Amino acid sequence: MRKYWHVIHIALQNTLVYRVNFLFRAVFGLVPLMATIYLWRAVFASNPDRAEVAGYTLATMTSYYLLTTVVDALTAVAEDDWQIAADIRDGRISQFLLKPIDYLTYRLCLFGAGRLVYTLTAALPVLLFILLQRRHFLLPPDGATFGVFLLSTVMTALLQFFTSYTMALLAFWLLEISTFVFILFAFEYVAGGHLFPLDILPPALARVLDLTPFPYQLYFPVSVYLGRVTGPELWRGLAIQAGWVLASYVLARWVWRRGIRHYAAVGG
Amino acid sequence: MPAASKAPLRSADRFRRLARVYGMLCRNSFIREMNFKVNFVLWLVVELLWFALQLTFIAVIYQHTERIATWSKYEVILLVGASHFIQQIFSAFFLNNCVNLSELVRTGRLDFLLLLPVNTRFLVSFKQLDPGAFINAASAVGVMVYAARQLALVPGLHEILGFLLLCGAGVLVHYSLMFLLATVSFYTVRVSVIISTYYHLFTVARIPLDAFSPGPFKAVFTYAIPMALVANVPAATLVGKLSHPWYPLLLVAVAGMLVAASEWAWRRAVRSYTSASS
Repeated sequence: MRKYWHVIHIALQNTLVYRVNFLFRAVFGLVPLMATIYLWRAVFASNPDRAEVAGYTLATMTSYYLLTTVVDALTAVAEDDWQIAADIRDGRISQFLLKPIDYLTYRLCLFGAGRLVYTLTAALPVLLFILLQRRHFLLPPDGATFGVFLLSTVMTALLQFFTSYTMALLAFWLLEISTFVFILFAFEYVAGGHLFPLDILPPALARVLDLTPFPYQLYFPVSVYLGRVTGPELWRGLAIQAGWVLASYVLARWVWRRGIRHYAAVGG
Repeated sequence: MPAASKAPLRSADRFRRLARVYGMLCRNSFIREMNFKVNFVLWLVVELLWFALQLTFIAVIYQHTERIATWSKYEVILLVGASHFIQQIFSAFFLNNCVNLSELVRTGRLDFLLLLPVNTRFLVSFKQLDPGAFINAASAVGVMVYAARQLALVPGLHEILGFLLLCGAGVLVHYSLMFLLATVSFYTVRVSVIISTYYHLFTVARIPLDAFSPGPFKAVFTYAIPMALVANVPAATLVGKLSHPWYPLLLVAVAGMLVAASEWAWRRAVRSYTSASS
């Protein structure tokens, strides 16, 4: 176990080099967020006779988008998939096959360290932004809900990581994986709830999406925080999310085993 | 840069020569793309998918409201189409080239281009054409035509020309801004991350101008980084709902100023260029 602490330690130092890049990314990321908030404000202003649009008040809707930004900072896979694919393509994973180190755990450590540094860098601009929007920012209904939100966010991070890891392993068979990554990302973007909360969709469509893992990659923890999922529905959701985490983990392991058999160690 | 020419060329000759050089560059770009046919098609799919997502977003919002700040559904779809059209034309000609400029500086390969007997900014800006972007631009035209029909809008020839002219100003805004950013890479390598996050700003172009309440955000994206004008002005002009008649003039003026600023920055940057690696 100790060797992985070393990995985390080194990864933290390595990622700290990129903190200015992270800061830029976090600040630029606020521009589309602000644009979306303005769009929704205009929607609410165009319906002054209604307190709720699509089951959301202006405050809940604003909070939804602010929280997606926070959860995204904590859980989104940034460079990891490109790096894994490059490791495979350039034959750099050969060394991991010889060392007593597990590549998936190694990558998970790097991912965790990267997210930690990113979150710490993004914290200042994002918190300032939330402070500016505080009139429309809701706090969680109670402490227990917040605890469940954190638990669900951790599972979201794992789910995101295992999915991206599996996608990156396609590099065992393909030279160029970026288009596939972007196609998957597009589905995640809409079905995960980045673009809009999923419960403003027609109910039938929302139910279909709920059968996929995408909502559990972002939408679920945010709706837990906002208190929109409660009681037995909450526990059911958590169980499904845990199920998806497990399934994506098993898939990642399985694809790795298949890939290694196919691996030709080009350039390594 | 008349480095190799003995007598000054007449402007018509110079133009003809640039056109010939450009023809060669285009040919090279096509050959390059056709080497990776599957990849070419997959990138088209990616772009179409993201365009479809933006349209889905609008469709979903209009399930719950009649208007967004006086804009009806098909007016906004026309706006999103115009924004995508401008963005794709910009990508076709300039996006890759602007991104590559910082790479040329970092690796010192700019030396090679500086030595060629062709205007360097011309070469740097037009080196690579992205033919796929024209197909994506065509999909945007399709969406705009559909939206115009839903709005029972039948623009005349001069209205279409005016619209295209304003779109051209929008493309110039994107190009000049991005080129301006890219010239910063002569001084620091940090800029590459700003360039890679530039596309975040496109989001602002897709939102009706009237949705932004007056304030610093609106001021910045109208006058300093005129993203809020780029697609809004052509779309609003076509639909006939400009809130101020001077908006088209403002867009053209801002575009002209950005072109001048980027040329000034480019000249300064090249003067201070000390080749890397050699």
